[in-house]
Amino acid sequence: MNRSRRIKLQVFRSAVFLVMGVFFLVPIAAMFEFSTRGNSVTAPRTMEAWTNIIKTPDLVDAIIASLELAAITSIAMLVLLLPTMVWVRLRLPRLNRIVEFICLLPLTIPAIALVVGLFPISRWMRINISDSILMLSFFYLILVMPYSYRALDAGLAAIDIKTLSEAARSLGAGWGTVMLRVIVPNMSSAILNACLLSVAVVLGEYTFANLLTYENLQVAIAYVGLVSAGTSIAVAVASLLFAFVLLMVLSFVGRPRERMARAEETIVAPESRILPLRDSYIGVQK
Amino acid sequence: MTATQAGEARAGVEVRLEDLRRSYAGVTALDGLSLTLAPGELVALLGPSGCGKTTAMRLVAGLEEANSGRVMFGGRDVTGLPANKRDVGMVFQAYSLFPHMAAWENVAFGLQIRHVATGERKQRALDMLELVGLGKYANRYPSQLSGGQQQRVALARALAIRPQVLLLDEPLSALDAKVRSRLRDEIRRVQLEVGITTLFVTHDQEEALAIADRVGVMQSGRLEQLGPPTEIYSRPATPFVADFVGLTNRMRGDVGGGAIKIRGASIPLVHPDVPDGPAIALVRPEAVSLVTDGEIEEGPLVGTVIAVVFLGAVSRVTVDLGDATVLAQMQTSAASQTPAGTKVRLAFRNDPVLIQREEQAAPASA
Ligand SMILES: Nc1ncnc2c1ncn2[C@@H]1O[C@H](COP(=O)(O)OP(=O)(O)OP(=O)(O)O)[C@@H](O)[C@H]1O
Ligand SMILES: [Mg+2]
Repeated sequence: MNRSRRIKLQVFRSAVFLVMGVFFLVPIAAMFEFSTRGNSVTAPRTMEAWTNIIKTPDLVDAIIASLELAAITSIAMLVLLLPTMVWVRLRLPRLNRIVEFICLLPLTIPAIALVVGLFPISRWMRINISDSILMLSFFYLILVMPYSYRALDAGLAAIDIKTLSEAARSLGAGWGTVMLRVIVPNMSSAILNACLLSVAVVLGEYTFANLLTYENLQVAIAYVGLVSAGTSIAVAVASLLFAFVLLMVLSFVGRPRERMARAEETIVAPESRILPLRDSYIGVQK
Repeated sequence: MTATQAGEARAGVEVRLEDLRRSYAGVTALDGLSLTLAPGELVALLGPSGCGKTTAMRLVAGLEEANSGRVMFGGRDVTGLPANKRDVGMVFQAYSLFPHMAAWENVAFGLQIRHVATGERKQRALDMLELVGLGKYANRYPSQLSGGQQQRVALARALAIRPQVLLLDEPLSALDAKVRSRLRDEIRRVQLEVGITTLFVTHDQEEALAIADRVGVMQSGRLEQLGPPTEIYSRPATPFVADFVGLTNRMRGDVGGGAIKIRGASIPLVHPDVPDGPAIALVRPEAVSLVTDGEIEEGPLVGTVIAVVFLGAVSRVTVDLGDATVLAQMQTSAASQTPAGTKVRLAFRNDPVLIQREEQAAPASA
């Protein structure tokens, strides 16, 4: 009975995994197949489209710019959002709704409207501060806010930051230490999620860059696509794979400790729940 | 190093709370609380929910700011110091261990902030864990510890920094009764061993009476009475204290000549200089005894046992007097002589009692 149920569950899991895998992988495989086609039906497979990526300086620049934008946006997002959210929760709980509203606002405004609204600011910044494409991170910060807010909010809700921060403070920790040594480590997965979402949004962003006439990854892909469909598809596949690999790497690198602790718990916990109080008590009495 | 050496703190300091006031948006949480803890003393703050115990503790810890009043540690005014500069150890009601650190790292956290060298830090953390009887659990994560163990680690963590003052805010309230009383004794043992001035907040009167050098009973942001546990119990200063600490019979009677006459029996008063007239006497159940021998004639103090509640060594007997019921507490062996239905006559011990006038009597629960 138990055994057959477990097998059923296993089958169900595998089936879901398989279906989802097919759903995700088939389009990517098809894109890969397309990007390796030669110029005619009978032509042999070629990696020309892929090697083209490196040979197109504009494309390389755009890739680098987008990666830089992703990094800057993620860091700026964390620096801005995390302390604010913690502070509001601890000290100004009444402002929580307002902060949430502000953070979610960009979600409800169409990108095109945002661009039009932000255009004068962009022009001013280009004239007075810098013309670099990295200035886009200012706008991307606004774009990623709703997603990052949600992710961080979930992380904050999962820990009792009030008690933890008060405990740390009574032990002598200043606010900086509380943030870095107590709050951040306990919501590492939420922070990772927020960063991943930011990276994904930034790498996939087209409207802002195009309308503000910057050439980021997506804009470059669109241009290349006009000349060589194969290359633009190759870049698209590459960026998808990149995001995927990044996700895997971050989720494995970011939480070894948590995983270790859990694994240990399953082994040690049962006995520890029953015995410890008693024997340690005796131990103390000597 | 032995556990005792590990626990060696600076000798306890005197802690003074002077006329502390604090209100939240119209709600007065503390209404002029003054309290002095002698060096090394454990004072338990006892009171009903919402009376301001936690607020008082948070003001001492610096986690909350007072509207007025002062907090002094050993003659030094710390009122304006933020929590991280106050040098207090605190154990919270909620589990407050850092989930991402093993037990010993939790204990070592405060030492790390004080820049204690790595080797010494670990050694001191392990010594503290030994002190609270958790030496073997140093590498466990909080999720792998029981509630009682977590609170003991929290105690070790609070003590590891050798604070001037130890603050315990209902550290046991999340635990079951057995662990609770055991841990309570252990906290007391550790506190005596370390000799640290301690403020212990609880709403459990038994806990307060068992653990404290002195008990402060609070009501609506004020200290109602402060004294040794025996005094609080046997000489309550106000009806509120009498009611809150221990069970009390409320019996109508007539005050006259420094005593109160209840159903023909006369009991002396704690405060004899009160005007004569009708009043309600607050009589402890253990001051009531039952007389069964000989013929019991009808009288105002004669009634029938309607219930006997077995509490272990003692039992509580309910006697119906017709127009009132009275609780009496006695040795279980004595109570077994008077099963339900027995006719008994009440007798009162000659201990002075508190009285309450009719108009005051209404709101409090019996
Ligand atoms: N942050 C706050 N905001 C508003 N009111 C508060 C706040 N903290 C406490 N209070 C109010 O102050 C009063 C005293 O609260 P406090 O937490 O000190 O009570 P307590 O004696 O610790 O009660 P309990 O035994 O339930 O813990 C209560 O009426 C409470 O509602
Ligand atoms: Mg409280």
